[in-house]
This record gives sequence, structure tokens and C-alpha cells, in this order.
Amino acid sequence: MENLLDMTISEMRALLKKREITAVELASFYLKRIERYDNDVMAYLNVTEDKAHEMARIADRKMEQGEDGPLLGIPFGIKDIFCTKGIETTCASQILKGFMPPYDATVIKKLKDASFVHLGKLNMDEFAMGSSTENSSFHITKNPWDLTRIPGGSSGGPAAAVAAGLCAAALGTDTGGSIRQPAGLCGVVGMKPTYGRVSRYGLIAFASSLDQVGPLTRNVSDCAIVMNEIAGFDSMDSTSIPQPVPNYTENLGKDIAGLRIGIPKEYYIDGMDSHVKKAMEESLSIFEKQGAILIDISLPHTEYAVATYCVIGTAEASSNLARYDGVKYGLRTEGKDIADMYKKTRLKGFGKEVKRRIILGTFVLSSGYYDAYYRKAGKVRTLIRRDFDEAFKSCDILITPVSPTTAFRIGEKTEDPLTMYLSDMFTIPSSLAGLPALSLPCGFDDNSLPIGLQIIGRPLDEALMMQAAYVFESVKNIEKIPGAFRKEYLL
Amino acid sequence: MKITREVVEYVAHLGRLDLESHEVDLYTNQLDRILEYIDKLNTLNTEGIEPTGHAMIAQCLLREDVVKDSFNVEESLRNAPERKGNFFKVPPIIELEG
Repeated sequence: MENLLDMTISEMRALLKKREITAVELASFYLKRIERYDNDVMAYLNVTEDKAHEMARIADRKMEQGEDGPLLGIPFGIKDIFCTKGIETTCASQILKGFMPPYDATVIKKLKDASFVHLGKLNMDEFAMGSSTENSSFHITKNPWDLTRIPGGSSGGPAAAVAAGLCAAALGTDTGGSIRQPAGLCGVVGMKPTYGRVSRYGLIAFASSLDQVGPLTRNVSDCAIVMNEIAGFDSMDSTSIPQPVPNYTENLGKDIAGLRIGIPKEYYIDGMDSHVKKAMEESLSIFEKQGAILIDISLPHTEYAVATYCVIGTAEASSNLARYDGVKYGLRTEGKDIADMYKKTRLKGFGKEVKRRIILGTFVLSSGYYDAYYRKAGKVRTLIRRDFDEAFKSCDILITPVSPTTAFRIGEKTEDPLTMYLSDMFTIPSSLAGLPALSLPCGFDDNSLPIGLQIIGRPLDEALMMQAAYVFESVKNIEKIPGAFRKEYLL
Repeated sequence: MKITREVVEYVAHLGRLDLESHEVDLYTNQLDRILEYIDKLNTLNTEGIEPTGHAMIAQCLLREDVVKDSFNVEESLRNAPERKGNFFKVPPIIELEG
């Protein structure tokens, strides 16, 4: 049992099914690991120990009654952006401290229907605004590979928890790279599905035309299994895509002979970290050896993506965050009249980055600037989409690095917001185009920091992306959990 | 400078944010730099290009308009910072005479 940490979800399920381990024991294994290691990583905001035991007992009872299912009794960590009924949901913001949602997000409901086990809520940048989890208003999460470095963000808690073995899998969200970038920097698998593939109902909104839910896992088959459970149309989300969901595990193990992989030259820039460059070159040659065909392509509007995102993301955020007014839920700071109460509540409740984005977003939507900024950005977004449409005429998937560098040091980029925004330069374009993209660990730099490879696919083509990722993962075995987190198994 | 303190103060008011003076200075400088970066969008000719709002939406989805159970009053008010009976309570909106 000592390799429990290295098992896929299917392997854990096989053990549970044979009753070699109970769901309660599996939950305890992770809870003990959290107790032992999360003081170092600080991935969790709230560990729901009682809930986890209760859900594990229910899972055990179901198994005794002969029930089966791909996630039955599997322990998850959940980014604190999903509404969880009766469990505090803060979005890592003071303004939502104490908020107890009266309902579950659709994805949480789906996981519950699959009898998962809820270990706790995971840290993030406040309202998912950030690339390092340093914008959490509660605490900073550390990168398990080097505790002096950031885990990426905004899903830094989920990525760090998966990498340190503090949950079997996690749910995150991605607006401009918030699943893929932390997954890449922590060396785990992270999938941002096609916009609309997974319901956003019950997800606390940041930028509604970009936000998407997805899994963070230690391997590709886990990613496919979680996708099978969470994907699909939801009548509660008007942007949900009414298309059937394929079985994502079906293609895992199929070869990729003849697969056309586009290599966009704009993602292989001069300023790129030399280790990232080398890891990408080695990885591409692995795909080639497996029968894929590499095609040099160009996505000419790539360099405009961060600027476009700065406008669209902040504009949508400024309007979404108008709901935090001290009336319905969360923090209230008293004022002399209602307008004063709003302003004081929002001053006290929002952190620096959130205020910065509300101001920028309000500015680009304000009278006299709307056409120059918001409308202009929408038009450039069309050009960025067309780049991808053109590329997918000759390619089946695209492969790029996830980030230009490996994990940076805590505090390194906090003084300069623009430098921080630019760390997402490779994940933002596919977000703007609504395309599915996944992050896959592909190597390490000289400091043993993980390097992530990004696979971008056609709309709703997640199965093919995972098929390719699975081939790579089967050939190149990459350590997923740092040695420091293997010292004690605690079983 | 594209952005002045006055602009930041005005926009903060629109966004119902009561900024401290040092925050106004900070955001004025930072936003100026960010907007200068965003200005690169103006080097692109976008004449005749339709803006993208949502990347993936092909149609507007409609559902049947049927009455369903929703949250009851207690559930809806449970998170309220202040309530009175079955209502959210807020500070005065209209000034009272005398």
C-alpha cells in the first residue's frame, strides 16, 4: 500500500472495490498528510475533516451495497471559488468571509452524485485575479518543489495540493491560465476545457466570457476520469454547450501516428528561459518519435493577447464584482448613507489587485473610452480567434510552453502588475479564443523546478488532446511528487 | 500621462471604491503604465472586424418558463449582514426631513 501516492484514481478505485482499503482509510490517509505537510505548503484555506469522514462513510456504505463508480470514495480538494452548500466559500477575499452558500455549484453536485469525498477548500488569488496566489487575502501558498517560490495562480492551492499529495485530485478554474500556469509550475496535469464544456453555475464569477472549470491531477488518465464526470450541458448555465460528452478515457492508449502538431513560432521567443526551451525541444522530438508530424505555424496576433485580456478581463470583472455591496452577504462596513456604506465596504473588503482591476475595468467601460478600449479589444479578440481557426486547418493540436519561465520567487513580481500579467502570455490567447488547452509536466530546470508543456486543441476536442498527452506521459516518466513530501506515508 | 489622479478618483467613484490617498497615487502610476502597454492594440487595423463577446456561443439557448422551487426566505437571508424581518436592511437611501 505504500505506493498509494503514486496510484491513478482507477488504481485507487480497484483497491476500494476489492475492499483492500476503505474510503474512510483513504480519506484519513490524505487528512493525515494534510496535517503533516500543509503547514509547509499552505494549500488549504479550510480543511473539512468532519465532512470528509462523513462522505467517506457514505461511500463505504454504498460500496458495501455493491455500488460502483469512477470517483466513488475518491478524495478531492476544491478551489475556494466553487459554491459548496453549508461550507464557507470565500474566493480568498475578506469581502466574502463567512459566506455560506445555500447551494452547490453544478460541478460540486456532479461530484457529489459520483460520491466523491470533500477534503477541503483550496487557496487561490483573491477572486482568481493573479498568477502566483500571493493575492489571497488569507495566506500565501508555497510551491512544493521549492517552498521559497510561488505555486502559480490563481489555482495555486489546487496545483500545490495535487503536487504535494494532499488530495487525489482537485478542481480549479481558468480565466487566462489559472489552471494551466499553476499546474505547469507545480508539475501536475491541468485541463482548461472548451469554454462551455463544463458548467459555470455556482462558480463565483470573475470574467464570464473566459471563466472555465477544470481538473488538476497527477496524471492524464485521472484528468480524463474527472472530465467524464464534470463535463456536459447544464440548463443553469446559458453559455453551456448542448453537445454530448464523449468518453474521455476511451482514446487513452491509442497511438498518435500521423497526428499533425502545430508549433507556433510566436511561443518560442528569444527571451525564453533556456531550460524551458530545451525541455520543449526534447518533448517535441518525443512526439515526433511517436509518429506525430511537426508543422511550423504562425499565430501572428499572439503579442496582442495580454493587452486584449487586460481590457476584456478587467471590464467583465468590474461589472461582476459590483454585486459585493455589503447588503446580501459577506462583509459590511457601516457608512453615513448607503453610498458611503458601499464604498467603505468595498475599500475594506477588496485587496490591492482586485481594486486595481475594478478601476481599470471601470475605466475601459466608461463613457468616452468604451470604443477606444473595450470595443477595440473585442475586435482584436476576433483576430486572435481567426489565427487559431487558420492554424487548425493544417494542424490537429498545437504545442507550446505553458509559461516562459519556471516558478518565480515569492515577492519577485508583486510590485509590478504588468510583469505579473505577462507571465500568462502563453495561456491567454487560447482563453480568448475559448479553446481547450491542457498543461502537462515535461521536465525540470537545473533547480529541479517543473516545466509545463501546453497542448491546445480545437473546440470540444479534449479527447484528442488527452490522447496525445497520454502517449507522451507513457514514454516520459516524470516525477510528480517532490521527495520532501514522500518522507512519511502516514498510512 | 494618460491617467491623472482625477481620473482614478472619478473611476473609483463609479466603481464605488473609497480609495485612500496613497492608493490613488499608486493606481495612477500603475494604470498609466498598463494603459500605455494596452495602447499597442491601436497599432492594429481592425476596420470592418466584428468584435468577439463570447468565443463559443452559437445560439441563444432558451428554456421552458416553468415554476420551480427556489430558495426560501430563510435561506436567502441567512448571509445578510443585517436584516429586519423578511428583508435585507440597509442604511438610509433618501434623506429624511427634520
